[in-house]
Amino acid sequence: MNTAAIHEREDYLNVSHGLKSWLLTKDHKRIGLLYLATITLFFFLGGLFATIIRIELLTPGGGLVSSETYNKLFTMHGVTMIFFFLIPSIPAVLGNFFLPMMIGARDLAFPRINLLSWYLLVIGGLFALFAMLAGGVDTGWTFYTPYSTTYSNTWVIATALGIFVAGFSSILTGLNFIVTVHRMRAPGMTWFRMPLFVWAHYATALIQVLGTPVLAVTIVLVFCERVFHIGIFDPALGGDPVLFQHLFWFYSHPAVYIMILPAMGVVSELVSTFSRKAIFGYRVVAFSSVAIAVLGFLVWGHHMFVSGQSVFAGMAFSFLSYFVAIPSAIKVFNWTATLYKGSISYETPMLYAFGFIGLFTIGGLTGLFVAALGIDVHVTDTYFVVAHFHYIMVGGAIMAYLGGLHYWWPKMTGRMYPEAWAKLSALVIFLGFNLTFFPQFILGYLGMPRRYHTYPEEFQVLHVLSTAGASVLAVGYAIPMIYFAWSLRHGKMAGANPWGATGLEWKTASPPPLHNFDQMPVVTHDAYDYSTVVGEAVEVG
Amino acid sequence: MGSLRLFPEQASTFAPDVDHLLYFLLAVAVFFSLGIFCSIFYFAIRYRRRSANELPRPIHGGMALEILWSVIPFGLTMVMFTWGASIYFNESRPPDNALDIYVVGKQWMWKLEHLGGQREINELHIPVGRAVRLTMTSEDAIHSFFVPAFRTKQDAVPGRYTTTWFTPTKVGKYHLFCAEYCGTNHSRMGGWIYVMAPRDYEAWLSGGASGGSLAENGQKLFDELACGNCHKPDGSGRCPSLTELFGKTVQLAGGGTVKADEGYIRESILQPQAKIVAGYGPIMPTFQGLVTEEGVVQLIEYIKSLGPPPAATH
Amino acid sequence: MASAESPALQVQFDTEAQQKDASTLGMWIFLITEVMFFGGMFTAYTVYRRAYSDAFAAASASLNVTIGAINTAVLLVSSFTMVMAVRAAQLGQRRAIVLFLVLALIFGGIFLGVKAYEWNEKFEQHHVPGPSFHLDGVTQQGHAQLFFSLYFAMTGLHAAHMVIGVGLIAWLIWLARKGTFTAEYNTPVDMVGLYWHFVDIIWIFLFPLLYLIDRHLPR
Repeated sequence: MNTAAIHEREDYLNVSHGLKSWLLTKDHKRIGLLYLATITLFFFLGGLFATIIRIELLTPGGGLVSSETYNKLFTMHGVTMIFFFLIPSIPAVLGNFFLPMMIGARDLAFPRINLLSWYLLVIGGLFALFAMLAGGVDTGWTFYTPYSTTYSNTWVIATALGIFVAGFSSILTGLNFIVTVHRMRAPGMTWFRMPLFVWAHYATALIQVLGTPVLAVTIVLVFCERVFHIGIFDPALGGDPVLFQHLFWFYSHPAVYIMILPAMGVVSELVSTFSRKAIFGYRVVAFSSVAIAVLGFLVWGHHMFVSGQSVFAGMAFSFLSYFVAIPSAIKVFNWTATLYKGSISYETPMLYAFGFIGLFTIGGLTGLFVAALGIDVHVTDTYFVVAHFHYIMVGGAIMAYLGGLHYWWPKMTGRMYPEAWAKLSALVIFLGFNLTFFPQFILGYLGMPRRYHTYPEEFQVLHVLSTAGASVLAVGYAIPMIYFAWSLRHGKMAGANPWGATGLEWKTASPPPLHNFDQMPVVTHDAYDYSTVVGEAVEVG
Repeated sequence: MGSLRLFPEQASTFAPDVDHLLYFLLAVAVFFSLGIFCSIFYFAIRYRRRSANELPRPIHGGMALEILWSVIPFGLTMVMFTWGASIYFNESRPPDNALDIYVVGKQWMWKLEHLGGQREINELHIPVGRAVRLTMTSEDAIHSFFVPAFRTKQDAVPGRYTTTWFTPTKVGKYHLFCAEYCGTNHSRMGGWIYVMAPRDYEAWLSGGASGGSLAENGQKLFDELACGNCHKPDGSGRCPSLTELFGKTVQLAGGGTVKADEGYIRESILQPQAKIVAGYGPIMPTFQGLVTEEGVVQLIEYIKSLGPPPAATH
Repeated sequence: MASAESPALQVQFDTEAQQKDASTLGMWIFLITEVMFFGGMFTAYTVYRRAYSDAFAAASASLNVTIGAINTAVLLVSSFTMVMAVRAAQLGQRRAIVLFLVLALIFGGIFLGVKAYEWNEKFEQHHVPGPSFHLDGVTQQGHAQLFFSLYFAMTGLHAAHMVIGVGLIAWLIWLARKGTFTAEYNTPVDMVGLYWHFVDIIWIFLFPLLYLIDRHLPR
C-alpha cells in the first residue's frame, strides 16, 4: 500500500488495516472519518431530493412528478438533511476528531460509546432509507398531527423510528463530549484556555443531551397514536393536535442551535488562525455559546404564532426570541473586531469563514423579522421562512463545515487539497447559494406558501432564478468531492502546522499518531497565543 | 412568464401596518449588514498579510465595546418586539360589529358560510371597508387560512375554533392559500377573496342563498335533534335555558366560569361533559358524529339569535 | 491496552480515579437525559389531567391502589438491596455482592410479575384502550381512554427500563461471581446502582400521579 511507503512514521491511518479495524475501531479519529463518509452519502441523497424539487418548481403547474411524490420529496429532503446530515456533521466529524486533541486527551471519555453512536446513526439511517425506498413518507419533516397520525398513508413509522434511533446517536455524542471536557483536559488546560471550538461543542452537547430525549418521547407518542390510536393528538377522542407542536418544537428549536453552534466554533478557529490574532472578546464569545444553548430552550413557541396558541403565549415567545438573537450578534461583532489590526490571509478556510459571517448575518437578521409577531403572521409557512433557515443552515452551517474540512484536512489526511480549485468552488458555492435563496425572501413576502407542488404563474420568474442558482450550487458542491478524493493520493504532503495555527492539534504530526500525542502535553498559555508559533516574529500594529 | 411583481398588494387595514414594520426591519438589517460587510471588506484588505512572519499585537477585548454592541442591538430588538406585538394584539381583537363568516377547512377545500346561509367553496365575497371576522375549524388535518394581500394567516385546527379578522380596503380579487401542509392537494387548496363595492355585495348576497340563513337552518336542526326537550326556553327543563345565553359568563360546577362564546357552544354540543353548568347534572349526551361542523355552526347562529342583539351585550 | 498497574484502566485515562470519575459523570448525564425523556410523557399527562380532571379522577380511582402500594414497597426494598450490593462491592466482599444483587434481581422480578398481573386485571376489566374499552360511571369515554393510554404508555416505558435494569443486574451477577469486582474496582456496580435507583424514583413519581390523584375527594 502506498501509505506505508510515504508515511514511514506510524499514524492512526496505517497502524492497522482491514475492514474490521475500521468497523470495530475505538479511535475517535477513525470514527470521525466513518461519520464523514456516512454523512456525505446522506448529503448527496438530500441534495438529490432538492435537485428534483427545484427542477419541478421551474414550472407553475408541476408535471415532472405527481403531487404525492413531490410531497414525499420535500419531506425526505428535510429529514435527510436535518437528522442525517446537519445534526451530526460538525460535531461527529470535526468534533470527534479534534475535541480530544484540542484539550490534550488521548481519546474521548467513552470510545466504545462513540463507536455505538456511529452505528446508531447508520441504523437509523437504514430505517429511514428503507422508508424512502419502500414508498416514501409525506408528512413534512415536522410530521404535524393529526395528518401524520391519522391521515397520511405513507411510511411514517419507519421514518420516525429511524429518527428515534439517530437521536440516540446525538445524545450519546453529547454525553461523551460533556464528560470529556470535564474530566480529560491535559494539565494546564483550564476552561478559559480551551479553544472556542471546544466551548461551542460543549454548549452544543448540553442541547443534545437535554433536548433530544424530548423528541424521542414525542416520536414514541406518535407511534402509539398511529399504531394504537390512543387519542393523545386526535381531537375526536379529546386529544390536542397542538400539544404535538409544543412537544416537537421543544426539541426542534434547540436543534437548530445544535446545527449552528459548532459552526460558530469552527469560524472562531478560522478567523483567529487566518488573522493570526486571538479572538476579540474570548470570554464573551465562550459565554455567548452557553447563553445561546440556554436561551434556545425558551423560544419554541415562535414556530406556533398562528397555531391557535394564546396571544399571551405568542407575546412571551416573541419577546424571548429577541433575547437569543443578541449572543449571536455579539459573536459576529467579535469576529469582525478580530480582523482589526490582524494579519489576514485568504486561504480557502478563511474564504469560507468570510462567507459564513456574511450569510449568517443575513440569515440571523431575517430571524428578527420572523420573531416579530406582526410580520410572522404574514410570512410564516411561506418561502420567507425557507430562505431564512437555508441562509443559516446552508449559508452558515454548511459553509463553516466546508471551511473546517479544508482547514483540518491536512491534519486528518497528511495531504493538502489543491488551493486554486478550492477557492474557485468556494466562490461558486457562495454565488450559487445567494442566487438560489435570495429570491425566496421575495417569494415569501409575496405570499408563496411552502411545501407547494403547484403555484400561481406570477411566482415563476423568481422560482426560475432560484433553480438556476441551485444548479450552480450543485456544481460548487461537486468540485470539492472530486479534489478531496484526488488529494488522498496526489495532494501535496502536509506538515504538522501548515497554517501557523495555535492549538494542541497542530503540535502533533499530520496525520496524528494513534494516541494523538507522543508525550502528554502540558499547557502553559492561552488558546490563541501566536507568539509561540511564528518564528522570527515581526510585530505589527 | 408574465410581469414580475416584487411586493404584494396592500388590501387590508393591516397591510400598511405590517409593511411599515417590514421597512423598519429592512432598514436595520441593511444597516447592520452593510456595516459588517464593509468592515470586513475594509479590514481584510487594510490588514492583509504583507510578510510571512508578521505577528499582530493581540487585542483581547474591550468591555465597553461589548456592552455597546449588546445594549444597542437589544434596544432595537425591543422596539421590533413591541411594534410586532401591537400589530398581533390588534389582529386578535375583532371589532364588535364585524361581519361573521364561518370557515370549515377540509382536505382539500375551504367551505365558507355567510350568516344568511350563502355558501361558498374556495371563494369568499365580502364588502370593502367592513371588518370581517372568520371563525374557523377543520374537519381533518390542520389547515391555515392565508390571504397575502391582507397580511393575515390563521390555522384551522380540528376539534376547536380559531378566529382571525381583517378589514379589506380595496376592491379586487386576492389569493387565498392554505398555508399548513395537509396532504396531497395542499397546494391546490386555495381560491379567491372577492372584495366588492357595498352595492355589488348586497346584490351578490340576495342572488345567492336559497336554503335559508344559518340561524334558520340552526332552528330546524335544533328541532330535529329535539334539543328543546331538555333546553326549555324558560329554564324549566333539566338543562339550562339557552335564551340570552350567548356572550354571558357561565358559572361552572366545581367553581370557575367560562364565557359562552362560539367555542363554548361547540364544545357543549360535541363534548358536553367537559364543562358542567353549576346546579345541573352531567346528563347531556354527546352529538359527536350526529352533527357536522356546518351543523354546529348553524346551531351556534340559532343560539345567538335567542340572545339579545350583539350590540347590547357589550 | 491497559496499564501495568491495573488491567481495568482504559488507555484514554491516566488514573483509575479519573476513569471512575468520568464513568460517574457520564451515568449522571445519562440519567438527566432519561428525566427529559420521561418528562415529555409527564407533561402530556399533566396537560390532559388538568383538562379532563373528572374523567381522569374516575379512571385513576379504578386502579388497584393496593397492588400499586405493594409494588412501591417492592421497589424500595430492591433499591435497598442494591445499595447493600454497592457497599459490599466497595468492601470487596464477593459473596455479599452476589447475594444482594440476586435479591435486587428477585425483587425487580417481583415488581414486573405484579405489574403483569395488574395489567391482566385491567385487560379483563376492559380498561385497555381499544374497541372494547369501557369504564363504568364515566360519560366521556374518550377522556377516560386517554388516561389509560397514558397509564399504559408510562408504566410500559417504566417497565421496559426495569427489564433493561434486570438484564444489567444479571450481567453484574455473572461478573461478580467471576470475582471481577474488588474494593479497588467496582464501578459497574456503582453505575448500575445509579440506574436502578433512578428507575425506582421514576416509579415514586408515577405511583401518586397515576394512582392517588383525587382519591380523597368525594365522588
